[in-house]
Amino acid sequence: MARALIHVPPSAKRGDVIEIKTLISHVMETGYRIGVTGAPIPRDIIDDFVCTYNGEEVFRAKLYPAIAANPFISFFTVATESGTLAFSWTDQHGATQVQTAAITVV
Amino acid sequence: MILLRATAAWAAEIPLDQRRPDSDFVSADSRAMQNDDTGNPAMLVLLDGEALWNTKAGAANKSCADCHGDAEKSMKGVAARYPAYASALGRPVDLEQQINLSRTTDQKAPPFAFESKELLALTVYIARQSRGMPVAVKDDAKAKPFIAAGRALFEQRQGQLNLSCAQCHDDNWGKTLAGNLIPQAMPTGYPIYRLEWQAVGSLQRRLRNCMSGMRAETYEFGAPELVDLEYYLMWRARGMAMEAPAVRP
Amino acid sequence: MASGGVILRIAIRPAAATPETMREAVRNAIGEATVKKGRVQLDLPPIVENGNSVPCTVSVESPMTAADHVKAIHIFNEKNPQPNVISIKLNPRAGRAAFSTRIRLADSQTVTAIAEMSDGSCWSDDIDVIVTLAACIEEVKP
Repeated sequence: MARALIHVPPSAKRGDVIEIKTLISHVMETGYRIGVTGAPIPRDIIDDFVCTYNGEEVFRAKLYPAIAANPFISFFTVATESGTLAFSWTDQHGATQVQTAAITVV
Repeated sequence: MILLRATAAWAAEIPLDQRRPDSDFVSADSRAMQNDDTGNPAMLVLLDGEALWNTKAGAANKSCADCHGDAEKSMKGVAARYPAYASALGRPVDLEQQINLSRTTDQKAPPFAFESKELLALTVYIARQSRGMPVAVKDDAKAKPFIAAGRALFEQRQGQLNLSCAQCHDDNWGKTLAGNLIPQAMPTGYPIYRLEWQAVGSLQRRLRNCMSGMRAETYEFGAPELVDLEYYLMWRARGMAMEAPAVRP
Repeated sequence: MASGGVILRIAIRPAAATPETMREAVRNAIGEATVKKGRVQLDLPPIVENGNSVPCTVSVESPMTAADHVKAIHIFNEKNPQPNVISIKLNPRAGRAAFSTRIRLADSQTVTAIAEMSDGSCWSDDIDVIVTLAACIEEVKP
């Protein structure tokens, strides 16, 4: 499990547009760097990021090697109702990591 | 390629009231990244450090927490006092070496390798507990010879470029070198997340980068010369606020 | 940067992105739609502090209603080994068509952001950035 940090405002007014920030530990190896032996270091990247809000997709990103190591993505969503935001990162090998955050909407 | 005066003038120390933190010389974006606990990648490493702090280790089967309790209390101000004289060794050690001393002496566990994930994580976690506090390394009679040795290294020309640290960081701070501003080299933010490394690293790693930048042979990690230099640099930054873990280009 | 006896880890770029591969990447993303300049704001520092991690924000003017919203935003570059940087999908739940990330830029170049609207129109912005090498880097011992 890679370390991840998520910032979701713990509470918001219904209808507010809130900013969500995410950061995950990952080397995002491009596949273009030459290692000490002279051979390229194989590509190893997270290539998919999805956020769902009570199960409904609200944001999706396809990442390429040009995204910096320890990918940081921040975006906006409308605070519609209390519940759970789920964040999932999938790497090129298909491995997925999910982390959730709760939000109270008044 | 910057042009520096080739004279053998003494490096003039920066007057105490003109000292500025290295954060002043990075972009606003990097400063913002540093101060955002969700945006600073070093905070990911800090989480690992916190986990290690609470993990039992070694023949003694003790965690750091077993002796030191809550790091937020017990480690407050500690990083601001390193390097510090270690009587067991008869010379100063930096924070990384102190962590390893505790590991071997008290946990009876093997030391972590320099720049290992574990050692960086613990160092970040401990250094963070000094955020905002003034650098307060001792400069008593025992310390003075090591600080002086560090200062001599700082002012010594070295490498194929025949540059001293002082020529950039005392004499030309604030000017541009490639795409960056030259900072005063106040190490209040270490360990740092360096954009060039895309990883967290120690002050010693950064000093070795400076030396290879000057085309000088670098000292090995843990070399007494590096610790003396760290000690001088921290003494030079005395009273300035700790800001670890910082973000630097 | 002369190496003077020190071995530097240099990223050797295979056929780097070219204006043609970038155009192809844009076509793959948005088909044959014409792209007009405007409505999109791409924020990048004009002189990049370090090409390994460049803060990047895109925002698009849009009410983000069911009838009128941004469906997707794509970022392209012209000198990295690959022309794509990131592609995001949005819907009215976003509230605001804007996002931030950190990107890698291998060289001084033009970076382009293209937004696809729900009505099928495409809008863009681009910025020229200068990227330099860092002065003090490590030697790599074999």
